Amino acid sequence: MHYYSLTLHEASQKLARGEITSLELTQAVLGRITAVDGRIKAYLSVYEDAALKQAEEADMMRKNGQGNPLCGIPLAIKDVLCTQHMKTTCGSRILENFIPPYDATVVQRLQQSGAVLLGKLTMDEFAMGSTNENCAFGVPENPWKAGYVTGGSSGGSAAAVSADECFAALGSDTGGSIRQPASLCGVVGLKPTYGRVSRYGLVAFASSLDQVGPITKDVRDAALMMNCIAGYDEKDSTSIKTAVPDYTGALTEGLQGIRIGVPREYFGQGLDPEVETIINKGIDALKDAGAEIVEVNLPHTEYCVAVYYLIAPAEASSNLARFDGVRYGYRNKEAQELLDMYNTSRSQGFGDEVKRRILIGTYALSAGYYDAYYKKASQVRTLIKRDFENVFSSCDLIVSPVTPTPSWPIGDKADDPLSMYLSDILTLSANLGGIPGMSVPCGFTQAGLPVGMQMQAGHFQEEVLLKAGYNLEKQLGIAGIKPDLG
Amino acid sequence: MKITLQEVQRVARLARLDLGAEESEKMTQQLDNILQYVAKLDEVDTTGIPVTTHTQQVTNAFREDVVQPSLDREKALANGPEQNGEAFVVPRVI
Repeated sequence: MHYYSLTLHEASQKLARGEITSLELTQAVLGRITAVDGRIKAYLSVYEDAALKQAEEADMMRKNGQGNPLCGIPLAIKDVLCTQHMKTTCGSRILENFIPPYDATVVQRLQQSGAVLLGKLTMDEFAMGSTNENCAFGVPENPWKAGYVTGGSSGGSAAAVSADECFAALGSDTGGSIRQPASLCGVVGLKPTYGRVSRYGLVAFASSLDQVGPITKDVRDAALMMNCIAGYDEKDSTSIKTAVPDYTGALTEGLQGIRIGVPREYFGQGLDPEVETIINKGIDALKDAGAEIVEVNLPHTEYCVAVYYLIAPAEASSNLARFDGVRYGYRNKEAQELLDMYNTSRSQGFGDEVKRRILIGTYALSAGYYDAYYKKASQVRTLIKRDFENVFSSCDLIVSPVTPTPSWPIGDKADDPLSMYLSDILTLSANLGGIPGMSVPCGFTQAGLPVGMQMQAGHFQEEVLLKAGYNLEKQLGIAGIKPDLG
Repeated sequence: MKITLQEVQRVARLARLDLGAEESEKMTQQLDNILQYVAKLDEVDTTGIPVTTHTQQVTNAFREDVVQPSLDREKALANGPEQNGEAFVVPRVI
């Protein structure tokens, strides 16, 4: 057993018992990155010297009695979160050399716990994409199969955790960007309730939908990460003052008294039969653990892609107006006149998908179209939210696939934006409703590709997700299966 | 057609994007596909349904109006593509 293959909680226990040091753990993981990242391409930057220095400090902290479970644990961060001493590119040419002047609150919280930050992970440009192919600096590959997509937009975070290139990672989820790559890479991904985790220092994509969350090797690790990052932050006006429980308290065996809904609409047309079989086996496993299974309806599910692909681009078109070549980021220095400088800097700096979404969003918000598009979408969003409220008045959680298919070959959908958007159908509504959602490994296809089960619950019900996920993991016994990377 | 080439070019101007001729054509086609698809929302009766812009019940987050530390000038200017130590420098406006 190599140190890098441990889960976060196993490594943490070994540190607490003095069986290993953070320096040893960090060296092991840095060695792993050197060995496999040429194949995976999960990292945009690795800060080896800084990581080793933090590891030494963490070992001192441990010696002095600091007992935080994350102290000394090597972690990595999606490149959309601001880090004061590390470049933050958002996978975009326009921020290629950007070093933020401050840390995101979640990054600060990890640092205060004594975690070791290894570097920054690849992503679709400005978190817009479902495969990580929209990154300006190369495309990562699925650890389970070379040439296959990692999913996105937190593709680097999911791939790095899956390939043992860090013990856990932070991602962000605006329409599935944590859950979908976690599913395609065979790891756990948790998108918390909107407002549960601070967004301060998260480069904004769609502010009413964005949320930061962990990607981890197992469910217990997700609970430990949540213990660190959840909570109110006065710097994020949308973060909510609700007490933060000890999430590991939810990890108990047995689902007696838990009622799980299976939304019929999530098992519709386009669902790969192998995925369906795997999810049905997972549902049986939850039943075996004591849960009651009932069929439920979310009748507005078929509209969520249309709603999302108006609201998210509308918010993005406004958020991305800040990239104008004046205060940070790329500037076309050839431009002689201000307007020309704006236009050319943005056109040269942004990639195609980002431009496409800015255009859709600007159009949907523009005079004469606002009511027909943005307002209409925001009204249907209310109906989607009400669907969830109805279901959660009688169920503790709902379960479904995360994606209609397992991972696919790089390039397959790259020229067809609409078909790419449609693959997000099962994850978008959690963001539209602001509810928490999690992806937990549920099985493998004949071809050896992982498939995750999505669990969703009412606002601030992360504990019930963790409890159900923990039981699924125990029942299936597949958490330790790893991709073969030599 | 839900959107024309001229409309795409108008929206691009509003969004401060320069699209080449070929890029404009391609975007027009792709945006048209997307807008055809989202027209699906017309099926839904939304009479009297309020909009959702925020999923939680929150009110404005106010704080006491007291001066707090913020970024110093040097740090704030550090990422500027062009700056003179006091301000960001931009090409001529008028």
